[in-house]
Amino acid sequence: MRAPASRRPEPAENLSAAEQKAEKARGRIGVGLIVPGFVFLLLFFAAPVFVLLAMSLYAKPPGAETGVFVPAFEVSNYVVALSEYWVPLLRSFLFAGIATVLALIIGYTMAYLVAVRLRQHKLLAAILLVILIAPFFSSFVLRTQAWKQILSDEGFVVEALRFVAILPEDGRLTATSIAVVAGLTYNFLPFMTLPIYASLERLDTRLLEAAGDLFASPMTAFRKVTLPLSMPGVFAGTLLTFIPASGDYINATILGNNRDTAMIGQVIDSRFFKIVDYPMAAALSTVLMVVILILVMAYIRKFGTKELF
Amino acid sequence: MQTTEDAKGGRMSTEGTRPEAAADQGGRAAVVPGAVGGADLVIENVSKRFAAFTAVDDLSLTIPSGSFFALLGPSGCGKSTTLRIVAGLEQPSEGTLRIGDEDVTDLPSHRRPVNTVFQSYALFPHMSVLDNVAFGLKQRKVADAVARAKEALELVELGHLANRRPAQLSGGQQQRVALARAVVNRPQVLLLDEPLGALDMKLRRQMQVELKQIQIELGLTFVHVTHDQEEAMTMADVVAVMNHGRIEQMGAPRELYELPKTAFVANFLGKSNLMHGKVVGRDGDYLQVEAAGGLQRVRADRAVAETGDVVLGVRPEKMRIFTAGEETVPAGHNRLDGTIVDASFTGVSTEYLVEVPGVGTVGTFTQNMGQVTGKAGEPAVMCWDPDFTFGLAGDDDVAAGAAERDA
Repeated sequence: MRAPASRRPEPAENLSAAEQKAEKARGRIGVGLIVPGFVFLLLFFAAPVFVLLAMSLYAKPPGAETGVFVPAFEVSNYVVALSEYWVPLLRSFLFAGIATVLALIIGYTMAYLVAVRLRQHKLLAAILLVILIAPFFSSFVLRTQAWKQILSDEGFVVEALRFVAILPEDGRLTATSIAVVAGLTYNFLPFMTLPIYASLERLDTRLLEAAGDLFASPMTAFRKVTLPLSMPGVFAGTLLTFIPASGDYINATILGNNRDTAMIGQVIDSRFFKIVDYPMAAALSTVLMVVILILVMAYIRKFGTKELF
Repeated sequence: MQTTEDAKGGRMSTEGTRPEAAADQGGRAAVVPGAVGGADLVIENVSKRFAAFTAVDDLSLTIPSGSFFALLGPSGCGKSTTLRIVAGLEQPSEGTLRIGDEDVTDLPSHRRPVNTVFQSYALFPHMSVLDNVAFGLKQRKVADAVARAKEALELVELGHLANRRPAQLSGGQQQRVALARAVVNRPQVLLLDEPLGALDMKLRRQMQVELKQIQIELGLTFVHVTHDQEEAMTMADVVAVMNHGRIEQMGAPRELYELPKTAFVANFLGKSNLMHGKVVGRDGDYLQVEAAGGLQRVRADRAVAETGDVVLGVRPEKMRIFTAGEETVPAGHNRLDGTIVDASFTGVSTEYLVEVPGVGTVGTFTQNMGQVTGKAGEPAVMCWDPDFTFGLAGDDDVAAGAAERDA
């Protein structure tokens, strides 16, 4: 094997003084560019996480006023958090999981339609894409409120469903798990659809022709070529949906009830702002964070490295 | 990498690269298991129209089993569309398509006994080279798919790269994987869509020889689409020259070159000197044609029309050129008188452009035999054996195909 002609820059000792100076300047610029981001992360991520962890271990001194806590090492906060709130915690992941699967089915279908099926119809694809992103332009809370109106007991949806007897006479949609999961699915759908769209849009459809040429039916071609090649998008989309959905409290607050649809975000919200139990809110937040981290790590380990290239 | 290529070159030179030589070793076909030979591909009155454009225009063609057939034409002539219709990737607007006795016109691509080597290779990027090659076999549930895929990779000398991803291979290697992925299925017809277009010249020549060899070894019907006339001529048994969705002329490469029937073929397949003329009489087997201010002769059986206006043509290498006063024009030869406008010495030969009144610029060249070369501005005389002349229809466009050839 012949050594390829070297095109790398010469070693430093062969550089002229001017070139060495330029090299150093480049190094300084590099450091200079990293610093702002680093400081930002330190101030607005690392420090708050540290404060959160510290607060989760604070204790309430006997007889103190509401909202007064002192630094301590109160590990029992975590014991209480897990033993009292394991139900909403579990429910959060269940709801987020169901919403992620639903969003995956709906989002993949839409992304596939726009990015692959309508690829030749540029205008139509562009319009559909705008429609897909449009909800982003209005507030998350407003959209969820609108759903509350649409699904309300007096709304046409409930009336229609009662009329065709899908819902019983006194059946309702608001304040049920169905409404919460539907809200989560709807609100996080763009986070699922866009990454999948991005990976499908890059799909070389000539590969599908090649698969057909090699005796694969359209269904098999999808399974063996389209799906594997869109896995990076599916992977990103499911993470972008599942993580925020499991911590979400707006959908559960607006579309659910306080009893059997409560999600952990809702509990943290009320611990923090209504009951003013900062250590408990912090402990719950930490538990949520750790569980999400574990789940995501397991997910990445299982699907992450193999199909991404 | 370097050593592999060298070893490959060695193999080629010892086994012989001439198709005749390979064909003589008839027993070799038996070496490859599963070689089933091909089937006749019959295209009948096939047309393909896109919105306002007719890509293929009432095309009828029979490609005999086991032949290496080239569809040659400039881009946009409909050759790729024809190929895609055969592959089932495009539905013809009209016409039928048969492979052997089976009508495959309405068969979707995955049910056709046809495989394609795509111009872009279209290798599956998420699969290993071996999985790519085994793909077709696995779809058809062939029992020893992996073993056969390995064999096919050996055939194209890439066995050692079976576990790589396509992106880790060079262009030439990817091309060979694409070829292996198609031939491993032993299709009745193998389609090649400009498969060498992305390769550099050296690799291209090497792959041409290799493709031809594989075709002979496997005995499959190859349909090769290309715009490279040299490629078509060196590889194919039969070449069909396509233009504007129709076949201009079809035949063995030599036949097409020596006796083109249209100006497009004369210009697109090699170069030609064409001149307008008028038939004024007959002299035995020859037509007497008044052209370029003199009387030229063409054999009647080499002329498309025997009366009236004709276009005469002759290939540059068939002509001889003399500087004025030096000429020794043999009796009965056709003769042109003109002025040299350009003479470029290339070592092996000197290429001349000669302005001939009533004809235009005529190109020719002389092999370097030590003779004095003419210079621009000097008068020159050119002559050639009338048996090399070919006659085309008088209303043919003498410039047709020239621009497409040089594109």
